[in-house]
Amino acid sequence: MKISKMLLGAASIALIAGAGHAGSHLTDTSDKRIALSNNYAGNSWRQAMLQSWEEMGSAAVADGVVAAADAYTTSESQATEQAAQIQNLILQGYDAIVINAASPTALNGAVKEACDAGVTVVSFDGIVTEPCAWRIAVDFKAMGKAEVDYLSSRLPEGGKLLEIRGLAGVFVDDEISEGIHAGVEEHKQFEIVGSVHGDWAQDVSQKAVAGILPSLPEIIGVVTQGGDGYGAAQAFKAAGRPTPLIVLGNRQDEMQWWADQHAENGYETLSLSIAPGVSTLAFWVAQQVLAGEEVPKDLTVPFLKVTQDTLQETLANTPEGSVANVTYALEDAQAVIAEAN
Amino acid sequence: MNALSRYRILLPVVSLAVLLAATFWMQPRAMSYFGLNLLFNLAVPIALATIAQMMIIMVNDIDLSLGAFVSLVACITATYLLDTPALGLAMLVTLILGYAALGAMIHALELPAIVVTLGMSFVWGGLALFILPSPGGASPDWLRTLMTVKPPFAPMAVVASILIAILTHFLIIRSGIGTVLRGVGGNTRSVARAGWSVLKLKACAYGLAGFFGVLAGMALVGLTTSADANIALRYTLLSIAGVILGGGEFVGGKVSPVGAVIGALTLTLAASFLSFLRLSPDWQIGAQGAILILVLTARLIFSRKGGET
Repeated sequence: MKISKMLLGAASIALIAGAGHAGSHLTDTSDKRIALSNNYAGNSWRQAMLQSWEEMGSAAVADGVVAAADAYTTSESQATEQAAQIQNLILQGYDAIVINAASPTALNGAVKEACDAGVTVVSFDGIVTEPCAWRIAVDFKAMGKAEVDYLSSRLPEGGKLLEIRGLAGVFVDDEISEGIHAGVEEHKQFEIVGSVHGDWAQDVSQKAVAGILPSLPEIIGVVTQGGDGYGAAQAFKAAGRPTPLIVLGNRQDEMQWWADQHAENGYETLSLSIAPGVSTLAFWVAQQVLAGEEVPKDLTVPFLKVTQDTLQETLANTPEGSVANVTYALEDAQAVIAEAN
Repeated sequence: MNALSRYRILLPVVSLAVLLAATFWMQPRAMSYFGLNLLFNLAVPIALATIAQMMIIMVNDIDLSLGAFVSLVACITATYLLDTPALGLAMLVTLILGYAALGAMIHALELPAIVVTLGMSFVWGGLALFILPSPGGASPDWLRTLMTVKPPFAPMAVVASILIAILTHFLIIRSGIGTVLRGVGGNTRSVARAGWSVLKLKACAYGLAGFFGVLAGMALVGLTTSADANIALRYTLLSIAGVILGGGEFVGGKVSPVGAVIGALTLTLAASFLSFLRLSPDWQIGAQGAILILVLTARLIFSRKGGET
């Protein structure tokens, strides 16, 4: 059953990639309406997320894939307000609601109302625990481990690492760090000799790294959580130390620094994070559910990796002060669904 | 004076009716049993919180801790009341008594309520985080059943709002104790000279506020099926706005329970209406404020005219 499903998924990807038409082998979704329920728009990541939705949504409507793809953002980032918003969306007669939730549990009542009213609910990034909804979650542990895997491919002889963590007490920070430590456990040639909290911000990271550097031996690699790589590089430079291999997190300033370094001395590294365009992935998953495709309830977001080969292109497409983004297409959603099946 | 008191309840009713008509016109789907329930069911906890706030405003104080208090109640409801009902109930009763003690303390030590309650909001918030460090918990089944019950003729949200309005109207406007409590807000000294203990009365008002705050938190969990420590923070300001919108005033014991419930419904509806309008979220807070100012301006004009005649 599992293999046949996978084959079916692979076949449908091939079919659709060839035909270039959206999910037409199943129920037509051209009269369906999909809404995005978002609880916060106050940072560059969320702005990019909304913009991706807007661009992809209007294209999908123009192509006749769906009838509407509207985005709604609550004015205050509060769970009760978003619950009311979801209930309004049910009233407005949307066929599917895509949610980036303010709370994993406090929206469950409203989500249940939606399911009972026959509305498809897909949550992403900020997921909800209500069983009737689909979840597109981020595997932060795998992200941490991928960093160490990359380091071991570049530095097979190993050495000492510095870890920059995020904001203390936030579960994302714990998850990524856990993944990094699991990676170090696997690749015994590495040892983490220092760990600081950079709060996912360049200035905080720079201060924190500058503070711990004098007490550290030679560092060959820095594992990070995103938003902190540039600050770390500046701290190493200010201390007059050789620049180690710093894993970056897709921020524009980090990638610009990487490109400059590469032009200067052939510096190479890896950058990875979650693309804000995951909202478009959620859109396609909702579309697939509406089309009658069998979709498992729990899906995992792929990371957006930037390598030396894709650096120039990504950098050119990333506005200053923003974060690398990608808009997902139907085929990406089907690949994710096939992987989970 | 007669005209004034009549306008006082008339205006909230008219505001709600106008907004409701506009909403039905925008979104005809809302004009059904199912639609009305979706539109108003989250207004039930807000209405209860507004009644709680009204008890405090009635005695010339203001409660800035209500949102945090309702959040704390929600956390207790979703954890202790579910797992160990007796302990959970005891905790909720303790909270109500605590609120009463707070009222007594504010009066006895002549502390400004605004400062004490602001301080208490951090205490409630801390306790809520202590009980439920990460979002979770679940609603007790009976509570979920109660909040999703489908009575005949009118949906739960409407029936509950009417019940709350009628019960509190009898408690505050018709009963003896309610009249004396309003008297504390109107003229504390007269009430004291008439032989009443203002200390006890204030404790009573705060205790009632605590009681309705507890009901608000429980109703909220019944709707959301779970809690988190920040779930109801915006209830503080919503409840104050609801009381004022419903014809209450900050001084003088002039409050209206029916108006407060209608005020809470109006505020909830205003947010939905703006969402149906597809107004950009950047403008929504401003528009919500504009609706509030509009209603208050209308009230001012009416009450001036009422005062003249």
